[in-house]
Amino acid sequence: MTKRFFKSEILHNFFHDPSALVGSFLLVVSILAAIFAPLIAPQNPYDLEKVSLEHFLKPPIWMEGGEGPFLLGTDDQGRGILSTILYGCRTSMTVGFGVVLIAGTFGVTMGLLAGYYGGLLDSLTMRLADTFFSFSTTLMAILMLGLFKERGVLVVIIAICIADWVRYARTMRGSVLEVKEEVYIMAAKATGSGDFRLLLRHLLPNAIPPIFVVIAVDLAVVIMLEATLSFLGVGVPLTEPSLGMMISIGKDYVYAGMWWLVVFPGAALVLLVVGINLFADWLREELNPKIQR
Amino acid sequence: MDLRPRLTLAMIIYIARRLTQGVVVLLAVSLICFIIFRYAGDPVVTLAGRYATLQEREMVRKAFGLDRPFYIQYTRFIANAAQGNFGKSFVSRVPAFGLIIERFPATVELATSAIFISFVLGVGLGVLVSLKPYALRNRFIMAGSLFNISMPTFLTGILLIMVFAVYLKVLPPFGRGETVTIGFWRTGFLTWSGITHLILPAFTLGMYQLAVLLRLTRAGMREVLTEEYIKTAWAKGLPPMKVIFKHALRNALIPVVTMTGLQFGELIAFSIITETIFQWPGMGNLLLTSIYESDQPVIVTYIMLAALIILSLNIIVDILYAYLNPKIRYD
Repeated sequence: MTKRFFKSEILHNFFHDPSALVGSFLLVVSILAAIFAPLIAPQNPYDLEKVSLEHFLKPPIWMEGGEGPFLLGTDDQGRGILSTILYGCRTSMTVGFGVVLIAGTFGVTMGLLAGYYGGLLDSLTMRLADTFFSFSTTLMAILMLGLFKERGVLVVIIAICIADWVRYARTMRGSVLEVKEEVYIMAAKATGSGDFRLLLRHLLPNAIPPIFVVIAVDLAVVIMLEATLSFLGVGVPLTEPSLGMMISIGKDYVYAGMWWLVVFPGAALVLLVVGINLFADWLREELNPKIQR
Repeated sequence: MDLRPRLTLAMIIYIARRLTQGVVVLLAVSLICFIIFRYAGDPVVTLAGRYATLQEREMVRKAFGLDRPFYIQYTRFIANAAQGNFGKSFVSRVPAFGLIIERFPATVELATSAIFISFVLGVGLGVLVSLKPYALRNRFIMAGSLFNISMPTFLTGILLIMVFAVYLKVLPPFGRGETVTIGFWRTGFLTWSGITHLILPAFTLGMYQLAVLLRLTRAGMREVLTEEYIKTAWAKGLPPMKVIFKHALRNALIPVVTMTGLQFGELIAFSIITETIFQWPGMGNLLLTSIYESDQPVIVTYIMLAALIILSLNIIVDILYAYLNPKIRYD
C-alpha cells in the first residue's frame, strides 16, 4: 500500500508541479510556525511579565530606532510583531482546522444522507442549504457574533460553522448522486448489504474525493474570515493573538507612517492563504477526471 | 417548437411556491430575532432604566405588554415589524427603522458602484483571458486573480488607504464627502468631493468578487466559444466584436449573473467590512456601531431588512431564471 502510494502518479505529478510545491511549502511552514510558536518566537507577547510598554511602537530592526530582539518592530503595547505573528498563526490554524473538522463532518453527513435517501430529507436539507448559502457564511458569522456577547476561539469556530457546513453538504450530495448509480453499489445492495454498511463502506469512500478540494478551499476562506471577524472586533477576544486584530491595531498608526504594524501581519496572512489556494488549485486539477495531463 | 418564455400554469405554481418558501424563511428569521430580542437581557431593565423601582418596572412591563403570553407578544412583534416598527434604539432613543433607512442611500450607492466596477473589470478580463488562455499576459492575469482571492477585503482597503491617501495623498481616506439631498435620497454622486470619496471604498468592495467573476466568465466563455453556432458566426464573417460580445458573452453570462444574484448576502457582508474601514456612513457601519453598543433594536431591524432584501432578490433571480430558460423543471 505504502509502496504503491510512493510510486503513484499523483505523487509524481505533485513533485513536478511548481505551484503545488510552493503552496504546500508555505502551508507546511505556517503549520510548523503555529505548532512551535512558543519555541521559536523571540518573546511571548501574551506573557505580561515579558512585555513592557517602554518598547512600544519600535520600527523593524534595520530601520533607525529599531532594536533586538524585535526583528520586525513592536506594536503599541510593546509586543514584538514577529512573535505576535507566530502566535497569531496558531489562532488562524486552530479556527481553520476547527471549522473544517466540525462543519466538514456535519456537512458531509448531511450530504451523504440527503443524497442517499432523497425525498423529503433531501429537499429540506437542500432548501436549508440554499438559504444559508444566500445569507453567506460571512454575514451569518458577523450577525451571530454581534448578537451574542461571549467571545472566544470556540465561539468564533461555531459562528462560522453555522453556515459553512453548506459547502460540504452540497458537494457531498452531488457526488453521492453520481456514485449511487454505479454498478458496484447495486451489487452491494443485491448481495444484501444494509443501509449502514452501504453508506459507510461503499458510498462514503467513493464519494469523498471532491470533498478534499472543498476542505482546501474552505481552509483558506475560514482563515481569512477569522482575520476579518477579529479585525471588526467581533472575533477572538483581545487577550488572544490574531493576525486580524494586529492589522486592526496597526490601522490607526498608518497615518503616522508606521507601515510595519499592518504590512507584516498582512503579508503573513496573504502568504498563508496564497499557499493554501495554490495547493487547492493543484488538487482540483489533479482530482478532476476531465483534465488530461 | 416554440421556446419563447411563457407564463404557464406550472410557472405560476412555481412562483407561488417560491413566495411561500420566502415567507416561511422570513418568519423563521423573525422568530429567532424575537427570541434573542426578548430573552437576551431583560428588556424591562433596558426600557425602565437600571435604577427604576420594582413598581416602575411592573408599570413598564404592563405598558409594553411584556407580561402577556409568548405567542401574543410574538404576533405583536410581527404586526409591528410589518409596518416597519421595530422599537426605538436604546442609544439614540429614536425609531430604529428610521435610523437604518436614513443610511440606506449611502450603502446602495457604494454597493452599486462596487458591482459596476467588479462586473466591468471581472467580465472584461475574463473575456480577454478566454480568447487566448495561454498567452503570457493572460497567465499574469490569472496569477493576479489568485492573489486577489487570497487578499481579505479589509486588508485591500487598508493598503489602498496607505498608498492613495497616506503616501500619494490623492484620495480622501474616509467619509462620504459632500452630499446633495434630492427628496429623501442623499446622494454623493453629484459633487466632486462625493465622487473622490467613493473611489477607494467602491474599489475595495468591488474586489471581493472580482476574481470569482473573472473565473466564471473565463470558464463560461471557453465552453461557449467551442459551440457550433459560434463557429457559424465566425464562418459568416461577422465582425469579431459582434461574435464575442453578442453571440458568445450573452450566453456565458447566465451563470455569472445567477451567481451574483444568489450570493447577495456576501455583498451585504462585505459592505459591512468596507463601510467600517472607510467610516462610510451606511447601514453596515451603523450595524457595527450598534453591535459595540449592544443596541439590539437596531441590530434586529438590520437583520430583518437584510433578510428581506436577500430573500426577495433570490426569488426574483430564481423566477427570472426559470422564465428565461425553457429547459428548467419546476421542482
